[in-house]
Amino acid sequence: MKTRPQLKTIDRRNDDIGEATRLELYRRQVEIRDCEQRAYELFLQNLVKGTSHLSLGQEAIAAGFAQAMEPGDLSFCTYRGHAHTLARGVPMEQVLGELMQRDNGLMRGKGGSMHLTSVKHGVMGSYAIVGAHLPIACGAAWRAQYKGDRDVSVCFFGDGTTNIGAFHEALNFAAVWKLPVIFVCENNLYMEYTPIGSVTAVEHPAADRAASYGLERIVIDGNDADIVFRTARQAYVRARAGKGPSLIECMTYRHSGHSRADPAKYRPPGELEDWLKRDPVKLYRRRLLDFGMDAAAIERIEQDSKRQLDAATEACKAAPPPPADILTTDVYADGGWAWRN
Amino acid sequence: MAELTYRDAVARGIAQEMARDPDVVFLGEDVAGAGGVFKATVGLLEQFGPKRVRDTPISEQAILGAAMGAAMTGLKPIAEIMFSDFLAVCFDYIANEFPKSRYMSNGQVKCPLVVRTGNGAGSRFGAQHSQSVENWAMMIPGLKVVAPSNPRDVIGLLAAAVRDPDPVIFFEHKSLYGMKGDVPDGEIVDRLGTATIARPGGDATVLALALMVPRALEAAEILAREHGVEVEVIDLRSLVPLDTRAILGSLARTGRLFTVEENPRLCGWGAEIASIAADEAFWDLDGPIVRITTPHIPLPAADNLEDMILPTVPRIVDTIRRGLKA
Repeated sequence: MKTRPQLKTIDRRNDDIGEATRLELYRRQVEIRDCEQRAYELFLQNLVKGTSHLSLGQEAIAAGFAQAMEPGDLSFCTYRGHAHTLARGVPMEQVLGELMQRDNGLMRGKGGSMHLTSVKHGVMGSYAIVGAHLPIACGAAWRAQYKGDRDVSVCFFGDGTTNIGAFHEALNFAAVWKLPVIFVCENNLYMEYTPIGSVTAVEHPAADRAASYGLERIVIDGNDADIVFRTARQAYVRARAGKGPSLIECMTYRHSGHSRADPAKYRPPGELEDWLKRDPVKLYRRRLLDFGMDAAAIERIEQDSKRQLDAATEACKAAPPPPADILTTDVYADGGWAWRN
Repeated sequence: MAELTYRDAVARGIAQEMARDPDVVFLGEDVAGAGGVFKATVGLLEQFGPKRVRDTPISEQAILGAAMGAAMTGLKPIAEIMFSDFLAVCFDYIANEFPKSRYMSNGQVKCPLVVRTGNGAGSRFGAQHSQSVENWAMMIPGLKVVAPSNPRDVIGLLAAAVRDPDPVIFFEHKSLYGMKGDVPDGEIVDRLGTATIARPGGDATVLALALMVPRALEAAEILAREHGVEVEVIDLRSLVPLDTRAILGSLARTGRLFTVEENPRLCGWGAEIASIAADEAFWDLDGPIVRITTPHIPLPAADNLEDMILPTVPRIVDTIRRGLKA
């Protein structure tokens, strides 16, 4: 592949992000894109069971935030949580294994696609009841504040969440207690199947509510990983400095339907095509080349991702289903399920 | 030994645990500055400071969600939901979040917290501030459910709940807050899942919980004095874990089983216990299992009407007497 000429307008010495970080941002996006696409293919082969909610088109948000985190920072995700889980470094095999409900899955098939959790990676859970995890993220942030821990909790959610009570309770609570928590709205324009604008009193469902909680109104291009990364970095600095929560609305678009059952026929003609022109992964690749970065390094990232993905897929296909003996484990902290003597 | 009210026992129990463990924190509406609407948490703010004893907005989802996030990451929160009826507005946490996170994450996530809540009737507050909803919590796998009937047990069971690694819903009875009882000095710690024999007797087993325990005990006195019937009153103390051994052990001695339940009849806790007894102790039964419950209707506010529908001492006496043909 030919390297594009470096743009004259870009002064790389003053680049606040840097080459190594940009390659990481790209790597995370590519891995998420590949893994989500593979999840869809595996679903078509009837190998991904249950439901699944893909983040195709929304990769830059997961990549940008994960890149801005420090080890120990905590992520709280929704049922559309594969991207954020992968972005924290959870191996593809464990994610796909959980989607395929195999014994090698992240939770050995006990949680499923909507509940990806990897505490050791800081992924404190994916929550399938809309809004539930915003107050939970507040609680984790409260612990950090109480104990003087340095970590910050981030909570990702969709635009539809902004109309549920828990969203408003959590924002007020976090603001009043000045908690080190970052609320990230991934506004992909649709709450499930309904345009968010047709069911929300304001144009920007998250940002236009920020003032109610004394917070800054922040709307960013969620398809640009650099912008996401910069915004995230500022929010982390603010949270670690004890200045309280941030609410960030990232404009984006999902390339697929709400869930695997949804062909997304409600979209006006041309909308998807317009957004595909702003595909975050392609945009970012072009930018790396515009920066004059080594095409070989970019291709290596892409090849590594494919290699990882193929190995993960084969491992999952070969993995057995979970054994019956885990059916009744971990209901209670003693490891079992006994509710009586 | 000191005489303490049930109300003061709540504060003493919380204080005992907060003094022992700096990770124990306490949050809820009006709990700090005001000392609780039932005055059950007076003095805690002064003793432990505003960092550990925190007033919240009227945001039950935020209260329980924050308690969960804190519990998952290393604290041992005690959260207050003022009236147990309000569990309905934050039921997601009770039903979906606290009890399922450990299982769904294949054991990765822990949730050691206590939700204290004012339960039960007797204050003439009507249908949305008087319910007994212990059966709402009992039906959910992953929760533990506790309901003390006296000041000593408030402290001992609260301590056990705080130290328990699982989420515990702790039902305090509003009509018991003024009850006085002897409480030993020093630390009190109970074990969850242990019923106590509140009064021994050989003619019938009477199971009760919370406010129904003193009522069952009063009924037992009348039955003994006026009808020559000696019933054994068992205070269940926790519904989950359930001390089935104590229940069936008593039934094996008496041959008859009565429940006295404040929760409404349908799917009340006694139904589950009746089913266990029928399955596992059928041949110990000398007669039908009888459930004495609140009927399947909302609670009225008027005092005479409320008194008519809760299990009262005369109703308990009559039902047991008729059941035993005494």
